[in-house]
Amino acid sequence: MNHPDTHLHVRGESRFADDEPAAAGLLFAVVVPSPVAHGKLLSIETADAGTMPGVCAVLTRDDIPGQNQIGNIIPDEPLLAEDAVHAIGQPVALVVAATESAARRAAGRVRVVTEPLEAVFDPREAFAKGEIMAPPRTFALGDVDAAWERCEIVVSGRADTGGQEHAYLETQGTIARPVEGGGVHLLSSTQAPTAVQRAVSRVLGLPMHQIEVEVRRLGGGFGGKEDQATPWAVLAALAAWKLQRPVRLVLRRHEDMRWTGKRHPYSSDFKIGVTRDGRIIAYEAFFYQNSGSTADLSPSVLERTLFHATNSYHIPNVRATGVCCRTNLASNTAFRGFGGPQGMFVMESAIHAAARALGITAEEIQKANLLRAGDPLPYGTTLGTPTLPRCWDEAERRFGFAERRASIAEFNTTHRWEKKGMAVMPVCFGISFTTTFLNQAGALAHVYADGSVSVSTAAVEMGQGTNAKLRQVAADTFSIRPERVRLETTSTARIANTSPTAASSGPDLNGNATRLACLGILGRLRETAAKLLGAATADGVELRSERVFLDGRATDLDWEKLVAAAYLSRVGLSAHAHYATPEIHFDKQSNQGHPFAYHAVGVALIETTVDCLRGTGRVNSVRLVHDAGRSLNPLVDRGQVEGGIAQGIGWMTMEECRHDANGRTLTDSFTTYKVPGPNDAPEEFDVHFLEDPEGPAGVLGSKTVGEPPLMYGIGAYFAMLEALRAARPELEPFYEAPLTAERMLMALNGATTPCVAEISASNPPPDPP
Amino acid sequence: MFQFLLNREVVSADLPHGTVLLDFIRRRRGLAGTKEGCREGDCGACMVLLGEPLENGLAYRPVNSCLVPLAEAEGRHVVTIEGLNRDALTPVQQAFVDEGAAQCGFCTPGFMLSLAGFLLSSPRWDGDAANEAIGGNLCRCTGYIAIRRALAKVCARLSNEIAAPAGSAERVRQLVAGGWLPDDFLSAAGIVNGLQCGGTQIALGHVPPVLVAGGTDLFVQRGDELESAPMDLLSRRAHLRGIRMENGVCVIGAATPLADLEDSEALRAVLPGLERHLRLVASRPIRNRATLAGNLVNASPIGDLAILLLALDARLTLGDEAGRRVVQLRDFFLGYKVIDRRPDELVLEIEFDPPPPDAVLGFEKVSRRTHLDIAAVNSAMLAVARDGRISTMRLSVGGVAPVPKFLQQTCAMLTGAEITPAVLRGALDAADDEIAPISDVRGSADYKRNLLRRLLVAHFQKLSPEAAEELLP
Repeated sequence: MNHPDTHLHVRGESRFADDEPAAAGLLFAVVVPSPVAHGKLLSIETADAGTMPGVCAVLTRDDIPGQNQIGNIIPDEPLLAEDAVHAIGQPVALVVAATESAARRAAGRVRVVTEPLEAVFDPREAFAKGEIMAPPRTFALGDVDAAWERCEIVVSGRADTGGQEHAYLETQGTIARPVEGGGVHLLSSTQAPTAVQRAVSRVLGLPMHQIEVEVRRLGGGFGGKEDQATPWAVLAALAAWKLQRPVRLVLRRHEDMRWTGKRHPYSSDFKIGVTRDGRIIAYEAFFYQNSGSTADLSPSVLERTLFHATNSYHIPNVRATGVCCRTNLASNTAFRGFGGPQGMFVMESAIHAAARALGITAEEIQKANLLRAGDPLPYGTTLGTPTLPRCWDEAERRFGFAERRASIAEFNTTHRWEKKGMAVMPVCFGISFTTTFLNQAGALAHVYADGSVSVSTAAVEMGQGTNAKLRQVAADTFSIRPERVRLETTSTARIANTSPTAASSGPDLNGNATRLACLGILGRLRETAAKLLGAATADGVELRSERVFLDGRATDLDWEKLVAAAYLSRVGLSAHAHYATPEIHFDKQSNQGHPFAYHAVGVALIETTVDCLRGTGRVNSVRLVHDAGRSLNPLVDRGQVEGGIAQGIGWMTMEECRHDANGRTLTDSFTTYKVPGPNDAPEEFDVHFLEDPEGPAGVLGSKTVGEPPLMYGIGAYFAMLEALRAARPELEPFYEAPLTAERMLMALNGATTPCVAEISASNPPPDPP
Repeated sequence: MFQFLLNREVVSADLPHGTVLLDFIRRRRGLAGTKEGCREGDCGACMVLLGEPLENGLAYRPVNSCLVPLAEAEGRHVVTIEGLNRDALTPVQQAFVDEGAAQCGFCTPGFMLSLAGFLLSSPRWDGDAANEAIGGNLCRCTGYIAIRRALAKVCARLSNEIAAPAGSAERVRQLVAGGWLPDDFLSAAGIVNGLQCGGTQIALGHVPPVLVAGGTDLFVQRGDELESAPMDLLSRRAHLRGIRMENGVCVIGAATPLADLEDSEALRAVLPGLERHLRLVASRPIRNRATLAGNLVNASPIGDLAILLLALDARLTLGDEAGRRVVQLRDFFLGYKVIDRRPDELVLEIEFDPPPPDAVLGFEKVSRRTHLDIAAVNSAMLAVARDGRISTMRLSVGGVAPVPKFLQQTCAMLTGAEITPAVLRGALDAADDEIAPISDVRGSADYKRNLLRRLLVAHFQKLSPEAAEELLP
């Protein structure tokens, strides 16, 4: 079934936050950012700007009526800078004017006077200086220290991944307007309406019920609007409340790219111990997370890195430690995968290094250690999802890993200037918020007297197809045509205390809440039907395809007649329901628990070609088998898989965030920061959803697909690396993503720094035959 | 005050002429289907069609409305997504719906506009042409695979239904009859011909007007400050546009958009591979606007057209009230963003001698992303070799010096030389001595040096694969 929104999208009729017709008296707000990465804030000179034509106000910290604090996990983030600035782009003042150009001109005239302090941009350097957000955390299993001596080969090295700009095509933005009684209404492009509501409430010193945050849809979020829609929304609300006028604050692209955080860059050390036949005995990793200037969601992102440090493998002895390092960059934040990809890249690097040391393929190690249901995980639980080996076997059967390797080897011997490479990438990604209390959602369903249905939930539609899926859940529950169901905006006035639409949890949590709400109404409708049909109880009443059946036989009563009759009989046709994922818990002190409802799993094969003369590469094919459970909507899920992988490939190959020595973002436009374009899509893209899925799942047996596929993209790095090694067999592997054209060419020239520090063998390898 | 046709409605604009079309459409007209994604012509979310009256109707081109000054709309038909909609979905819209080719939907209207341009102007209905048409549209949900599936469907249907030649009135009739475009396209030309024109060239007060060629870099760099500036649009000077062969010389009007170069059969005949090279320069909608002289006068050290024309040993004709003069392109670039042009002078024409039939023309460009990106290093070679000996060698390189660089010494060394690995290796070293790359966001100096060597080897491969073979480890 189609996504209901696509009809609107193709006609340009879907409305995003900035598409609302301008309200009378609308004002425009432009942010004045910190000019330095770290400094004492000596003064903010606003007099010039304040008297410019069209300017209504220049707001600073002194204009905040409540608390100047919007930090989510840790209260370390003032809305407007107090006495220090910690990153370029940190908001210092807000200019509000009658036109956007007037606001921009005036913003350029606000003088921010600082005394620069030493700035740090590298996470290892920050760690060495003690600049950490919280003490390091360790997830462990078995006894790593004792295990090394049982390993036949131990390899250690370093693996780094870069940041990733979300590049949602709709930039951050909010339209705020004052409402009667001193409150504020916000139409915001946020994944977390309640987080915005809470922050506005705190900053304005108003109870939460005075603030309504409403979201129709986002023009892309990818995690970038989970926590970082908040500052801009709160600034707009502050201005609207202060001036009692509607205010629009929408970032320009270059502002968004300079001032908002990215996927966290990581620098990591690994050590892996294996037997000669490729069994992993022990694995140790230390993750230095570049958190940026504030905590934001960094501690939770780090936690997920630790959850996924061993990716898809059963390793009996593990120690994974990570630390959030404070640097003077825009605060890094959630991005599809939420730390998982960074952890998995290090694991795959370790396997690549070990495979090389053993002289075998990475697939041999991957397969020998693949997680099976019941295997222990390094956080106090066992894997419940049984389908990973099935995905592997089916991928191997369909795509023929060994045959592909042979074919690539053949190509490489016959081509001088082009080399191919391949990599297999299994993914095992836990589904649920790892912060247990967030695993709850509410839904409100109304059945109108004409039989049409309205559903409100906590979920935000951002292209991931949540609305399509929720519509289907409601339609399935009532057994009516999906066209009867309309998904409303997400509003904090209709659904309270919402969790962000994140962690791939949107369909599961909100789908279950929607189902419960609809079941509540359905129960009353069945009672009504029983009375109308003269049945003693409602037990024999059911709805099938808009028709009421009694004891298995069709009756004259259809959906519309039933609803009309229920209304006239004064039956409640609205319901609110709350859903909380059962049986999940996690203790952040002991790092033990059962944090995930289930795991999303699958296996991908990626093939690439490198032009060894020019040092450029492309991904030729992506083929995969993925367990999406009983997919609620295969078309939507397929789009999520294809899009997620393309984003992962972008992160691994061409997307590179760069800043200068002063912390100024150099890649602040689509001219300098390159996301995959239409020509970068692999020629071959073959997606298979696993048939006959089994094991625990989400709503109606489906499994959510928002984040997991992104991590298949990691295979692109290793496939390119293999192609480079085919061109230059003596190339020492290096694990430094993204593998840009520049890095590839330098590798072809033999000018890269090897990342494998040490290989030790407890007994010498046998002589090669 | 001046008029243009916006979708179905004649509008009179009184905003400053430098306001970009995007802001007028969204803010003044409340047509919210046109999105602002980057204001740099890089994402395509703000795509519109600009229909220009020609003898036989309107010629439509998709353009990035964030880079088009409002004045450019005068006397034209501007089509936004709202102007493409019919009551029912068009076959293109339906294919996108059926294949799930819209996710968040923010980029989708832009794709629709690029594809409308494809419907109106593509000479062929194949996946490659369709893909080229959307080359300037980014989708960050990265639904390209679904989009490709939708385009395959669209092309299959077009092949059966639409046979009239591109740009013809019959093409428009067939598209309207098949439900691909709304009826309004049939009457648009008549309405546009009746519009009042002539208002845009008036300078406001004493402010000298800003000369605008394609504006595709000008509005990226100075969009905000040009908002209230009067515009002098070179696109409106017909004598500055066009491609002709004159006494065996190829002459191109300064304000000719790059798209016209790739569409010109005459030019493609004398420059084999031109279409392929131009596809690497920018997206089609940018090439619809960007002009040849604009690319030269901008004097970017990495300008793709400058590099290509240096290898062709092009000449520029500049003129002002005092008269005309001709400058060799290789003498035109004096220093970083400094050119041999007097303040009142305009570039009028660019000309070059067509290469001899046995010449080899190579264009190399490496960037982070192959398409729609600015090069780290680019290079062109025009060479003639007979019996293993080089008779003509012209090499140009970009991104490794303050100016688009003609490799004078390297060329001198190679001209007349025998093609041997030793000679070519000597050329690589000579080129290395001629350049002075700096480290920047496009790559380190070291990378650029290495890359240039490799691009030169790629050129030399075309002369002698065997000799080139020995140049790299």
